[in-house]
Amino acid sequence: MILEAVKAKFPDEVLETSEFRGDLTIVVRKESLAQIMKHLKEEAAFDFNLLMDLTAVDYLSMERKPRFDMVYHLYSLRNKHRLRVKVGVHEKEPEVDSLVVLWPIANWFEREVWDMFGIRFKGHPHLKRILLYEEFEGHPLRKDYPVNRRQPLMKQKSDHELEFIEAREYGQAVPELLRGSANQEEKKI
Amino acid sequence: MKAQPIDAGFFSTKLNDMVGWARKYSLFQYPFVTACCGMEYMAAACSHYDIDRFGAGLPRFSPRQADLLMVVGTVSQKLAPVLKKVYDQMCDPKWVVAFGVCASTGGFYDNYATLMGIDRIIPVDVYIPGCPPRPENVLDGLLKLQARIQNQKQLL
Repeated sequence: MILEAVKAKFPDEVLETSEFRGDLTIVVRKESLAQIMKHLKEEAAFDFNLLMDLTAVDYLSMERKPRFDMVYHLYSLRNKHRLRVKVGVHEKEPEVDSLVVLWPIANWFEREVWDMFGIRFKGHPHLKRILLYEEFEGHPLRKDYPVNRRQPLMKQKSDHELEFIEAREYGQAVPELLRGSANQEEKKI
Repeated sequence: MKAQPIDAGFFSTKLNDMVGWARKYSLFQYPFVTACCGMEYMAAACSHYDIDRFGAGLPRFSPRQADLLMVVGTVSQKLAPVLKKVYDQMCDPKWVVAFGVCASTGGFYDNYATLMGIDRIIPVDVYIPGCPPRPENVLDGLLKLQARIQNQKQLL
Protein backbone atom coordinates (compact mmCIF):
# COMPACT_ATOMS: atom_id res chain seq x y z
CA MET A 1 0.00 0.00 0.00
CA ILE A 2 2.86 2.37 0.84
CA LEU A 3 4.69 1.38 -2.31
CA GLU A 4 1.67 2.07 -4.49
CA ALA A 5 1.02 5.39 -2.80
CA VAL A 6 4.61 6.58 -3.29
CA LYS A 7 4.62 5.35 -6.86
CA ALA A 8 1.34 7.13 -7.57
CA LYS A 9 2.57 10.37 -6.07
CA PHE A 10 5.98 10.32 -7.82
CA PRO A 11 5.54 8.22 -10.97
CA ASP A 12 8.68 9.53 -12.70
CA GLU A 13 10.97 9.87 -9.71
CA VAL A 14 10.48 6.39 -8.23
CA LEU A 15 12.54 4.07 -10.42
CA GLU A 16 11.83 0.76 -8.75
CA THR A 17 9.80 -0.72 -5.92
CA SER A 18 10.16 -4.11 -4.32
CA GLU A 19 8.92 -6.08 -1.37
CA PHE A 20 10.66 -8.97 0.33
CA ARG A 21 8.93 -10.66 3.28
CA GLY A 22 7.32 -7.44 4.39
CA ASP A 23 10.37 -5.22 3.87
CA LEU A 24 9.48 -2.43 1.48
CA THR A 25 12.11 -0.84 -0.71
CA ILE A 26 11.97 1.99 -3.21
CA VAL A 27 14.73 3.23 -5.47
CA VAL A 28 14.46 6.88 -6.35
CA ARG A 29 16.14 9.36 -8.65
CA LYS A 30 19.02 11.21 -6.99
CA GLU A 31 17.79 14.66 -8.03
CA SER A 32 14.42 14.24 -6.34
CA LEU A 33 15.63 12.60 -3.13
CA ALA A 34 15.10 15.64 -0.89
CA GLN A 35 11.64 16.28 -2.32
CA ILE A 36 10.47 12.69 -1.87
CA MET A 37 11.90 12.44 1.64
CA LYS A 38 10.19 15.67 2.63
CA HIS A 39 6.91 14.30 1.39
CA LEU A 40 7.42 10.97 3.16
CA LYS A 41 8.11 12.76 6.40
CA GLU A 42 5.34 15.35 6.29
CA GLU A 43 2.43 13.62 4.57
CA ALA A 44 0.09 12.18 7.24
CA ALA A 45 -0.43 8.91 5.35
CA PHE A 46 3.31 8.16 5.56
CA ASP A 47 4.45 10.19 8.57
CA PHE A 48 7.99 8.81 8.63
CA ASN A 49 9.20 10.87 11.55
CA LEU A 50 12.18 8.68 12.44
CA LEU A 51 15.27 8.22 10.30
CA MET A 52 16.58 5.02 11.79
CA ASP A 53 19.71 4.60 9.73
CA LEU A 54 21.55 6.05 6.82
CA THR A 55 24.47 4.32 5.18
CA ALA A 56 26.12 3.56 1.86
CA VAL A 57 27.10 0.45 -0.08
CA ASP A 58 30.01 0.12 -2.50
CA TYR A 59 29.30 -2.27 -5.38
CA LEU A 60 32.79 -2.01 -6.92
CA SER A 61 33.39 -5.71 -7.53
CA MET A 62 29.96 -6.13 -9.10
CA GLU A 63 30.86 -3.44 -11.66
CA ARG A 64 27.46 -1.92 -11.29
CA LYS A 65 26.59 1.56 -12.49
CA PRO A 66 26.11 3.60 -10.41
CA ARG A 67 28.82 2.31 -8.13
CA PHE A 68 27.39 3.41 -4.77
CA ASP A 69 24.00 3.10 -3.16
CA MET A 70 22.82 5.40 -0.42
CA VAL A 71 20.40 3.53 1.83
CA TYR A 72 17.92 5.21 4.16
CA HIS A 73 15.76 3.36 6.66
CA LEU A 74 12.61 5.17 7.70
CA TYR A 75 10.16 4.36 10.46
CA SER A 76 6.88 5.93 11.49
CA LEU A 77 6.32 5.95 15.23
CA ARG A 78 2.59 6.65 14.83
CA ASN A 79 1.75 4.39 11.89
CA LYS A 80 4.35 1.77 12.85
CA HIS A 81 5.48 1.08 9.32
CA ARG A 82 8.88 1.03 7.70
CA LEU A 83 10.37 1.92 4.33
CA ARG A 84 13.81 1.57 2.81
CA VAL A 85 14.81 4.22 0.30
CA LYS A 86 17.78 3.70 -2.00
CA VAL A 87 19.57 6.16 -4.25
CA GLY A 88 22.27 5.29 -6.75
CA VAL A 89 25.37 7.51 -6.60
CA HIS A 90 27.90 7.63 -9.43
CA GLU A 91 31.61 7.48 -8.73
CA LYS A 92 32.33 10.57 -10.82
CA GLU A 93 29.99 12.79 -8.89
CA PRO A 94 29.59 11.34 -5.41
CA GLU A 95 27.17 13.87 -4.04
CA VAL A 96 23.59 13.68 -2.77
CA ASP A 97 21.32 16.11 -0.99
CA SER A 98 21.74 16.37 2.77
CA LEU A 99 18.71 15.46 4.87
CA VAL A 100 19.83 17.34 7.98
CA VAL A 101 17.00 19.85 7.58
CA LEU A 102 14.44 17.02 7.77
CA TRP A 103 16.02 14.77 10.42
CA PRO A 104 18.80 16.31 12.55
CA ILE A 105 20.19 12.82 13.26
CA ALA A 106 21.31 12.73 9.62
CA ASN A 107 24.09 15.15 10.56
CA TRP A 108 26.41 12.58 12.16
CA PHE A 109 25.29 9.73 9.90
CA GLU A 110 26.18 11.74 6.83
CA ARG A 111 29.51 12.71 8.31
CA GLU A 112 30.22 9.02 8.88
CA VAL A 113 29.33 8.18 5.28
CA TRP A 114 31.60 10.98 4.08
CA ASP A 115 34.36 9.65 6.34
CA MET A 116 34.06 6.03 5.25
CA PHE A 117 32.84 6.25 1.64
CA GLY A 118 33.69 9.75 0.47
CA ILE A 119 30.18 10.66 -0.57
CA ARG A 120 29.48 14.37 -0.15
CA PHE A 121 26.22 15.84 1.08
CA LYS A 122 24.98 19.03 -0.50
CA GLY A 123 23.76 21.45 2.13
CA HIS A 124 25.33 19.71 5.11
CA PRO A 125 26.21 22.29 7.80
CA HIS A 126 29.50 20.73 8.94
CA LEU A 127 30.73 18.01 6.62
CA LYS A 128 34.01 16.70 8.03
CA ARG A 129 35.39 13.41 9.25
CA ILE A 130 33.68 12.10 12.37
CA LEU A 131 35.60 8.91 13.26
CA LEU A 132 39.01 9.15 11.61
CA TYR A 133 41.62 11.88 11.95
CA GLU A 134 41.96 14.77 9.55
CA GLU A 135 45.37 13.53 8.33
CA PHE A 136 43.81 10.32 6.98
CA GLU A 137 43.89 10.06 3.19
CA GLY A 138 41.13 8.28 1.34
CA HIS A 139 38.00 6.57 2.57
CA PRO A 140 38.58 3.14 4.11
CA LEU A 141 35.25 1.44 3.43
CA ARG A 142 35.56 1.98 -0.30
CA LYS A 143 36.37 -1.39 -1.77
CA ASP A 144 39.40 0.00 -3.61
CA TYR A 145 41.04 1.18 -0.39
CA PRO A 146 44.07 -1.17 -0.05
CA VAL A 147 43.37 -3.62 2.76
CA ASN A 148 46.95 -3.36 4.01
CA ARG A 149 47.31 0.38 3.86
CA ARG A 150 48.16 1.89 7.26
CA GLN A 151 48.32 5.57 8.05
CA PRO A 152 49.67 5.82 11.60
CA LEU A 153 49.83 9.15 13.33
CA MET A 154 52.93 7.95 15.17
CA LYS A 155 55.66 5.76 13.70
CA GLN A 156 58.30 3.55 15.24
CA LYS A 157 61.75 4.17 13.77
CA SER A 158 62.52 0.45 13.37
CA ASP A 159 61.70 -2.82 15.06
CA HIS A 160 64.76 -2.73 17.29
CA GLU A 161 64.96 0.91 18.13
CA LEU A 162 62.74 2.25 20.83
CA GLU A 163 62.87 5.73 19.46
CA PHE A 164 59.64 7.04 18.18
CA ILE A 165 58.97 9.54 15.49
CA GLU A 166 55.80 11.46 15.72
CA ALA A 167 54.24 11.73 12.31
CA ARG A 168 52.83 14.99 13.54
CA GLU A 169 52.94 16.89 16.79
CA TYR A 170 49.96 16.01 18.88
CA GLY A 171 47.90 19.09 19.50
CA GLN A 172 48.36 20.68 16.10
CA ALA A 173 45.23 19.11 14.76
CA VAL A 174 43.12 20.12 17.72
CA PRO A 175 42.56 23.77 16.84
CA GLU A 176 41.80 22.63 13.31
CA LEU A 177 39.18 20.23 14.64
CA LEU A 178 37.61 23.03 16.63
CA ARG A 179 37.71 25.47 13.75
CA GLY A 180 36.39 22.98 11.25
CA SER A 181 38.40 24.70 8.54
CA ALA A 182 38.96 21.45 6.65
CA ASN A 183 35.36 21.62 5.53
CA GLN A 184 36.07 23.76 2.49
CA GLU A 185 39.15 21.79 1.46
CA GLU A 186 37.28 18.52 1.55
CA LYS A 187 34.59 19.82 -0.72
CA LYS A 188 37.16 20.48 -3.44
CA ILE A 189 38.39 16.89 -3.53
CA MET B 1 93.33 -4.59 49.91
CA LYS B 2 90.37 -4.88 47.62
CA ALA B 3 87.12 -4.01 49.35
CA GLN B 4 84.75 -6.92 49.72
CA PRO B 5 81.03 -6.33 49.26
CA ILE B 6 80.50 -7.04 52.94
CA ASP B 7 82.76 -4.14 53.81
CA ALA B 8 80.50 -1.73 52.00
CA GLY B 9 77.96 -2.11 54.76
CA PHE B 10 74.45 -3.41 54.96
CA PHE B 11 72.74 -0.15 54.02
CA SER B 12 74.56 0.53 50.79
CA THR B 13 74.31 -3.05 49.49
CA LYS B 14 70.68 -3.59 50.37
CA LEU B 15 69.33 -0.18 49.44
CA ASN B 16 68.41 -1.33 45.94
CA ASP B 17 66.49 -4.32 47.27
CA MET B 18 64.75 -2.25 49.90
CA VAL B 19 63.57 0.39 47.45
CA GLY B 20 62.39 -2.34 45.09
CA TRP B 21 60.51 -4.04 47.92
CA ALA B 22 58.84 -0.76 48.85
CA ARG B 23 57.93 0.15 45.31
CA LYS B 24 56.51 -3.17 44.24
CA TYR B 25 53.91 -3.09 47.00
CA SER B 26 52.74 0.45 46.41
CA LEU B 27 51.78 0.61 42.76
CA PHE B 28 49.53 3.49 41.90
CA GLN B 29 47.96 2.62 38.58
CA TYR B 30 46.50 4.78 35.89
CA PRO B 31 43.82 2.70 34.13
CA PHE B 32 43.83 3.67 30.46
CA VAL B 33 40.64 1.75 29.72
CA THR B 34 39.39 1.84 26.14
CA ALA B 35 37.43 -1.36 25.55
CA CYS B 36 35.78 -4.49 26.89
CA CYS B 37 38.88 -5.61 28.83
CA GLY B 38 37.83 -2.94 31.29
CA MET B 39 35.23 -5.34 32.66
CA GLU B 40 37.92 -7.87 33.60
CA TYR B 41 40.02 -5.08 35.00
CA MET B 42 37.11 -4.12 37.25
CA ALA B 43 36.60 -7.75 38.26
CA ALA B 44 40.26 -8.00 39.22
CA ALA B 45 39.98 -4.81 41.23
CA CYS B 46 36.82 -5.75 43.14
CA SER B 47 36.46 -7.86 46.26
CA HIS B 48 36.41 -11.34 44.67
CA TYR B 49 39.94 -11.07 43.34
CA ASP B 50 40.98 -7.99 45.30
CA ILE B 51 44.04 -6.53 43.61
CA ASP B 52 44.51 -4.53 46.82
CA ARG B 53 46.13 -7.61 48.38
CA PHE B 54 49.15 -6.86 46.18
CA GLY B 55 49.33 -3.21 47.03
CA ALA B 56 47.91 -2.03 43.72
CA GLY B 57 44.41 -1.24 44.88
CA LEU B 58 44.25 2.48 44.42
CA PRO B 59 43.82 3.77 40.86
CA ARG B 60 44.83 7.37 40.30
CA PHE B 61 42.93 9.13 37.57
CA SER B 62 45.77 11.47 36.76
CA PRO B 63 48.95 10.15 35.09
CA ARG B 64 50.97 12.61 37.15
CA GLN B 65 50.08 10.75 40.33
CA ALA B 66 50.55 7.25 38.91
CA ASP B 67 53.55 5.01 38.38
CA LEU B 68 51.87 2.08 36.62
CA LEU B 69 50.17 2.67 33.29
CA MET B 70 47.64 -0.07 32.55
CA VAL B 71 46.57 0.05 28.92
CA VAL B 72 43.33 -1.91 28.97
CA GLY B 73 41.83 -2.47 25.53
CA THR B 74 42.24 -1.58 21.87
CA VAL B 75 44.16 1.54 20.98
CA SER B 76 43.35 3.12 17.64
CA GLN B 77 45.73 5.13 15.49
CA LYS B 78 43.79 8.22 16.41
CA LEU B 79 44.30 7.54 20.11
CA ALA B 80 48.02 6.72 19.85
CA PRO B 81 49.27 10.31 20.36
CA VAL B 82 47.02 10.61 23.42
CA LEU B 83 48.50 7.45 24.94
CA LYS B 84 52.02 8.73 24.26
CA LYS B 85 51.13 12.00 25.93
CA VAL B 86 49.74 10.23 28.99
CA TYR B 87 52.91 8.13 29.21
CA ASP B 88 55.12 11.20 28.91
CA GLN B 89 53.23 12.90 31.73
CA MET B 90 54.03 10.14 34.22
CA CYS B 91 56.98 10.69 36.55
CA ASP B 92 59.82 8.18 36.84
CA PRO B 93 59.93 5.46 38.01
CA LYS B 94 57.12 4.20 35.81
CA TRP B 95 55.98 0.90 34.36
CA VAL B 96 53.57 -0.12 31.64
CA VAL B 97 51.29 -3.15 31.47
CA ALA B 98 49.63 -4.11 28.18
CA PHE B 99 46.35 -5.66 29.33
CA GLY B 100 44.78 -8.07 26.83
CA VAL B 101 45.79 -9.03 23.30
CA CYS B 102 44.59 -5.81 21.69
CA ALA B 103 46.94 -3.66 23.75
CA SER B 104 49.71 -6.26 23.35
CA THR B 105 49.56 -6.98 19.62
CA GLY B 106 46.43 -5.54 18.11
CA GLY B 107 44.59 -8.80 18.74
CA PHE B 108 42.23 -9.87 15.99
CA TYR B 109 42.16 -6.38 14.54
CA ASP B 110 44.32 -5.91 11.47
CA ASN B 111 42.92 -2.89 9.76
CA TYR B 112 43.35 0.78 8.93
CA ALA B 113 42.16 1.98 12.32
CA THR B 114 43.99 -0.07 14.94
CA LEU B 115 47.43 0.33 16.46
CA MET B 116 49.05 -3.12 16.36
CA GLY B 117 50.24 -3.18 19.94
CA ILE B 118 51.11 -0.27 22.20
CA ASP B 119 54.80 -1.25 22.15
CA ARG B 120 54.95 0.54 18.81
CA ILE B 121 54.75 3.83 20.65
CA ILE B 122 55.69 3.24 24.31
CA PRO B 123 57.91 0.64 26.05
CA VAL B 124 56.01 -2.17 27.78
CA ASP B 125 57.12 -4.11 30.88
CA VAL B 126 54.51 -6.86 31.13
CA TYR B 127 52.11 -8.24 28.53
CA ILE B 128 48.97 -9.95 29.80
CA PRO B 129 47.46 -12.10 27.01
CA GLY B 130 43.81 -13.06 26.79
CA CYS B 131 40.68 -11.80 25.12
CA PRO B 132 39.92 -10.69 27.76
CA PRO B 133 42.38 -12.11 30.34
CA ARG B 134 40.88 -13.76 33.40
CA PRO B 135 41.45 -11.94 36.69
CA GLU B 136 43.90 -14.71 37.62
CA ASN B 137 45.91 -13.80 34.53
CA VAL B 138 45.86 -10.19 35.60
CA LEU B 139 47.11 -11.04 39.09
CA ASP B 140 49.79 -13.27 37.58
CA GLY B 141 50.89 -10.41 35.38
CA LEU B 142 50.97 -8.13 38.38
CA LEU B 143 53.18 -10.60 40.28
CA LYS B 144 55.54 -10.77 37.29
CA LEU B 145 55.70 -7.00 37.27
CA GLN B 146 56.45 -7.00 41.00
CA ALA B 147 59.30 -9.47 40.47
CA ARG B 148 60.63 -7.23 37.74
CA ILE B 149 60.43 -4.16 39.95
CA GLN B 150 62.18 -5.99 42.80
CA ASN B 151 65.07 -7.08 40.61
CA GLN B 152 65.63 -4.01 38.50
CA LYS B 153 68.22 -1.32 39.06
CA GLN B 154 66.29 1.25 41.02
CA LEU B 155 66.08 4.86 40.04
CA LEU B 156 66.97 6.76 43.20
